[in-house]
Amino acid sequence: MSPRPTGVEVGTQLPEQVSRVTRADLVRYAGASGDFNVIHWNERVAREVGLPGVIAHGMLTAGLAVRAVTSWAGDPGAVVDYQVRFSRPVVVPDDTDGAEVTVRGRVAALLDDGRVRVDLTVTSGGEKVLSLARAVVALS
Amino acid sequence: MALDAGLVGRSYPPSAVYEVGREKIAEFATALGDPDPIHRDPEAARAAGHPDVIAPPTFAIVLSLGAGNVVVEDPDVGIDYSRVVHGEQRFTHHRPIRAGDRLVATASIAAVRSVAGNDMLTTRVDLATEDGEPVCTTTSMLVARGAA
Repeated sequence: MSPRPTGVEVGTQLPEQVSRVTRADLVRYAGASGDFNVIHWNERVAREVGLPGVIAHGMLTAGLAVRAVTSWAGDPGAVVDYQVRFSRPVVVPDDTDGAEVTVRGRVAALLDDGRVRVDLTVTSGGEKVLSLARAVVALS
Repeated sequence: MALDAGLVGRSYPPSAVYEVGREKIAEFATALGDPDPIHRDPEAARAAGHPDVIAPPTFAIVLSLGAGNVVVEDPDVGIDYSRVVHGEQRFTHHRPIRAGDRLVATASIAAVRSVAGNDMLTTRVDLATEDGEPVCTTTSMLVARGAA
């Protein structure tokens, strides 16, 4: 178990997290989650429905983003509420590097019962992919 | 086609029991590139105060995806799934989901809205143990883009 963060106040920054998402990661996530929507693995179909290419599952992006919170909090069970709004797809090219997803977080509010609200900024290629990503974390 | 506001509050029969397995939790954590032993090693989980390995915060999507399908497939809802994108998602955890949980999912329609020709359908799924202990509430908002 990782240590719980101490000295947390409004404005406390979480360590920045940079991940890469490849087509192989999309296949793995499809299997693990049971979301086999074709737009996450088939370029032809993705383009036919007007997408620029194969896109990541929104919930894969959301799941990666909340890792920044759980690794900071020291216990994934401390995340009592997590909400996201999807604003822009993460397009995953068919190459070895895939797409980059960067997560920054800061403590936005101290709540009662030792809980804090963490607001995340999640970007890919410099563009926000979640217009809202917010976790409530029980720190004690 | 606009969604019927009278659908709000409609609730669906509970799902069959889903038994949460250690391997499924580990598989899901691996798919997120999450190395935390709390998702794989029962000893590490117990050291953190949990009875068994716990799931990542978004694991409930595995159950709520399936449970939410009864709403999307409801002929009265009549949503065109080929035009659907995921707009919003929320998880409220009453406690962490853990290996050994035997969970039942109950879906209901929380809200319907039409904005600029797009239909927005908000589905709530309540996950509870088969004994009735509340575990997690998920809320999913799907957007069906209007035909151009």
